[in-house]
Amino acid sequence: MKSPKKSKGITNSNLLLIITIVVFFAMYIGAMIFQGKGFLKPQTFLNILNANAALIITSCGMSIVMITGGIDISVGGVAALVSMCCAVYLDFHDGNVFGAVLIALGIGLAFGLVQGFLVAYLGIQPFIVSLAGMFFARGMTTIVNTNPFNVANEAFVALKNTRVVVPGLGVVNKIGKYVDAYVEIGVVVALLLVVILFCVLRWTKPGRNFYAVGGNQQSALMLGINVKRTKFLAHLLCGLLAGIGGFVYFMHVGSGSASHASGMEMNAIASSIIGGTMLTGGVGNIIGTLFGVLSLSTIQNIVSSAGLDQAWWTGITVAAMLCLFLVIQSVIMNRKKKIKRIK
Amino acid sequence: MENKAVKNTGKSRDWGKLFGKQIFIPIAALLLLAIFNLVTDPSFYKITLGFNSAGNPVLSGYLVTILDYGSELAILAIGMTLVTAASGGQDISVGATIAIAGSVILRILCGTNSRPDTLQAPIIVAFLVACVAAMLCGAFNGILVAYFKIQPMVATLILFTAGRSIAAWINNNELPIISDPTFSYFGGFIPGIPIPMPFFIAVACMIVIALVLKFTNLRLYIQSVGINESSARLNGLNPAFIKFLTFVILGLCVAVAGLIKVSRLSSINYSVIAKDIEMDAILAVALGGNALSGGKFNMTASILGAYVIQFLTTTLYKFNVQSDALSAYKAVVVIALVVFSAPIVREKMSALGKKIKGQSHAKGVA
Amino acid sequence: MEDRTVLEMRNIHKSFPGVRALQAVDFTLCEGEIHALMGENGAGKSTLIKVLTGVYGKDEGKIFLKGDEKEAVIHSPQDAQKLGISTVYQEITLCPNLTVAENMFIGRTKGPFTKWGQMNKEADKILQSLDIPARATQQLSSCSIAIQQMVAIARAVDMECKVLILDEPTSSLDEQEVQKLFGLMRDLKAKGVGIIFVTHFLEQVYEVCDKITVLRDGKLVGEYEIKDLPRVKLVAKMLGKELDDMADIRGEQDTYDAKGAAPVFEAEGLESDAGIQPFNFHINKGEVNGFVGLLGSGRSESVRAIFGADHVLAGKVKMNGKEIKISKPLDAMKNGIAYLPEDRKADGIVGDLSVRENIILAAQVLKGFFKPFSRAEAEKFADEYIKLLDIKTASADTPIKSLSGGNQQKVILARCLLAHPEYLILDEPTRGIDIGTKVDIQKLVLKLASEGMSVTFISSETDEMLRTCSRLIVMRDRKMVGELTSEDLTQSKIMSTIAGGDKE
Repeated sequence: MKSPKKSKGITNSNLLLIITIVVFFAMYIGAMIFQGKGFLKPQTFLNILNANAALIITSCGMSIVMITGGIDISVGGVAALVSMCCAVYLDFHDGNVFGAVLIALGIGLAFGLVQGFLVAYLGIQPFIVSLAGMFFARGMTTIVNTNPFNVANEAFVALKNTRVVVPGLGVVNKIGKYVDAYVEIGVVVALLLVVILFCVLRWTKPGRNFYAVGGNQQSALMLGINVKRTKFLAHLLCGLLAGIGGFVYFMHVGSGSASHASGMEMNAIASSIIGGTMLTGGVGNIIGTLFGVLSLSTIQNIVSSAGLDQAWWTGITVAAMLCLFLVIQSVIMNRKKKIKRIK
Repeated sequence: MENKAVKNTGKSRDWGKLFGKQIFIPIAALLLLAIFNLVTDPSFYKITLGFNSAGNPVLSGYLVTILDYGSELAILAIGMTLVTAASGGQDISVGATIAIAGSVILRILCGTNSRPDTLQAPIIVAFLVACVAAMLCGAFNGILVAYFKIQPMVATLILFTAGRSIAAWINNNELPIISDPTFSYFGGFIPGIPIPMPFFIAVACMIVIALVLKFTNLRLYIQSVGINESSARLNGLNPAFIKFLTFVILGLCVAVAGLIKVSRLSSINYSVIAKDIEMDAILAVALGGNALSGGKFNMTASILGAYVIQFLTTTLYKFNVQSDALSAYKAVVVIALVVFSAPIVREKMSALGKKIKGQSHAKGVA
Repeated sequence: MEDRTVLEMRNIHKSFPGVRALQAVDFTLCEGEIHALMGENGAGKSTLIKVLTGVYGKDEGKIFLKGDEKEAVIHSPQDAQKLGISTVYQEITLCPNLTVAENMFIGRTKGPFTKWGQMNKEADKILQSLDIPARATQQLSSCSIAIQQMVAIARAVDMECKVLILDEPTSSLDEQEVQKLFGLMRDLKAKGVGIIFVTHFLEQVYEVCDKITVLRDGKLVGEYEIKDLPRVKLVAKMLGKELDDMADIRGEQDTYDAKGAAPVFEAEGLESDAGIQPFNFHINKGEVNGFVGLLGSGRSESVRAIFGADHVLAGKVKMNGKEIKISKPLDAMKNGIAYLPEDRKADGIVGDLSVRENIILAAQVLKGFFKPFSRAEAEKFADEYIKLLDIKTASADTPIKSLSGGNQQKVILARCLLAHPEYLILDEPTRGIDIGTKVDIQKLVLKLASEGMSVTFISSETDEMLRTCSRLIVMRDRKMVGELTSEDLTQSKIMSTIAGGDKE
């Protein structure tokens, strides 16, 4: 009898996760060495978090959908719509912050519900559905209010400016004054969600079902999993997270505009893929996604602080990284297939 | 009495035939829009002959606008139809690659100076270079889709994001302006001809694709690959190469559309040029009754679909809908289209139809 | 009725549009019994199993389970699972991206949370008790196919099944892995589980099974104790020929004279990635030969390797004495080889295209991209072959998918012929089509050969092969095991060669 195959072979998901984490640390340490100053300050790192809290949240939703084998490119549009609706509600209708949060959640849920239904129960390609969703959300944003404007609602501004001090990371500045290191509320929300979603994906039944459905839909059905409901749930969750992400984005920028969060869907997809989520489904990890966002934003920071300040470099770097990781995934998948065939 | 009954069934069969034809969908949509406009404001159809600032005769009116501005879309629909048929997916980077192609044209024409008094190179050279650039973009997408087997929409997402940035980078983020009037002919009017030039370019493209489809096996090959890849391979075709080829052809279409777009302005705005046009192009293919999952295609229906989309856009503009808000309305049309063409929905509807028919039959017998 | 019966199926009927898949089939399974379900392709094995597991509803008939007087109600795979009927399919129906333990428990645990510790412990316990060499925390895709198959069985066993169905679980396993699986099956048998075992490998049947039920053409042939049914008899039952009347039915047409004819196609040490052993092969001008063997014996894979349809790993091929290279189907086509694939729907027809386009496809590809046939030419070809092969279609413009199976096959045949090949490969051209068409196709094959074409003809029905072929290559377990010519071409000789081992 053959002894148990004690293969310590690295599984695909672990391999991709390790690549991501290594890439992130290599980049950040490289930046510290070669660009010095800025990257040595803890606050620089925290600012990356501050600026990308919303992206972390939407990327988590994206990862979940991608783990089930789908995709949702409406998240950026939803975030923009959320920010505009909340801004209009707060300023023109004198609303309160709690109401704005409800609006954000409602919009996110509505998109998740409709898109999830179309994908899961009517069997329409998720890409087409969410492409329409993206255009619908962007169009609606303009219809709600054409011109961008800053929100002046006092309660909201207070919330926006709330800083959560991170103890121990403060530094003494040039004039000898101690400056606290801080993060915005959005970062707290984002990290909280990362932890919650990590647990959901790891330890709950629906969470595991996402993986099973993405791994092999037919098998999942045979194993007694409700595939349609699982897919629906994934899109619903993604929509909801896009709503929350939209509100966090809104808290960060403090204004409503139709051009907000442009390209966010792209960044979210890129972060998920860089973070080791397979486009083909079944493989992915929320922690990886977090590192995906960090890698992406770090490289953007490096690019801009290297003097390549023009806006186009960001787009090109994101696309280049996405392309690289897509090709890596494709190569890994094809290699695996070949091994199987030879067997 | 009997005669009448026979006639009736004959008529309904004719209707059924027309209804079953693929081209029925865009025609019906066109009629619907036409009637809507006729009812709300007949002046929609007024065409006037006037003179533009240069003193040349030009036709103006909503219909002319549709023919004029629908040109780029019709040209793109040609390539998008082929890509859809072969790969079962769509290219969402066309808007961004139009920006690249346009930027290349301006770069060649302007040289290093962004406000040249004279053209630095013949327009044809600039156009050819743009063709190469756009076809390279297409080839990039094609390689990812055909050889790396990445879903078309995700693969094209890369250029969708980076395209406009690359376009800006090509011209160092400057906004070149061409003052030479001949350059504006491609997106405007040639002196003496009152019909807009883009229309002629679109017609030329249609003639080219018609000739290609007639004198080569492109249609047969693409359809075979789109319908049954495995069978196509066993009959000696190379499915990966054919998919790749469709993306390159789409690249060529993009270059032509890019020429028209930059010629209209004699300049470029990287973030706005051809914005959301990918959506319109996909919509044109879907409206033409072509399955977005690939397979058989009907080029005429796609092109007609493109003009219907432009008809819709123009109608919405007439009702003072803002250009940024247009996409919301179109998204609703897309969703309605895909929902009605979803197999599950079709099955349910045909079952329902049979039920109703069965009931009426039963009643008739009774 | 004995007390030990765990499953009884009585008078099962099932029809699909145009096909009566099952007619009055009975099946009985006892506790602690390994029961082989045998039959050639289309015999109704998988239909019977799918009826039992609730994938298909039955038209007529009753199913009884042990300890229940009433009829068992099975509408879905979930129902079957609840009643203690577990199935392990040929293709692994587990999720490769999850761990072994998860695959064993997902979809059937209670409560909203996954308790990893408890789950892994239980999984390890089961794996150990069944002697499966895998760890609970291992990712499934890192296990060999055999282990994956066993994990699927472990999952089934843990659901306290009374009936375990193994649907061709061994087709992708090697000898060692098969032995491991058999050990597991014997353990389960000792524990009183009734096992239904579907396989194409005769040796395996005689190794582990107690009883055999044979189906043919959707009808029950009989149930036999393993010791009462020697191999040759089993093959005879499956193919529908009693040993007694296996007279030589050949001899109506002239025997082909192999002498003097030049080989058209030769292959030496040909090997593809589809898992066949390297083989040598040749065919002469005007010859009709065939590959025989049970399904899964490698007969299709052999011709696919010849045509370049699978990835060719090694071997030399010659056409008319000249060495050529065939790495893709187009190479073979250019050298005058045409191929009609086994799976008409997946590899043959281009469903939405018209009959005419389907007919001209191969010839058109050969002619070249820039030289399309004119409409008139295409119509002429289509009409010619529609008439020649008597294809029943409303018009040449009808989409091929709306034709009947036999007519679709004729269209594909027309496609092959229009390419004017020197060497024609027909893989199961007569499967799933009506008798009339079958005879037409056989006649056509002989006519083509008499005109000088070389034909390789594969069919599951040996008498068809005997009627058409002058030389048969026998395949077993993906190996070429023999070649039969002239006086050896009899049913009995074929069967004994297929059965192999001379262990009667």
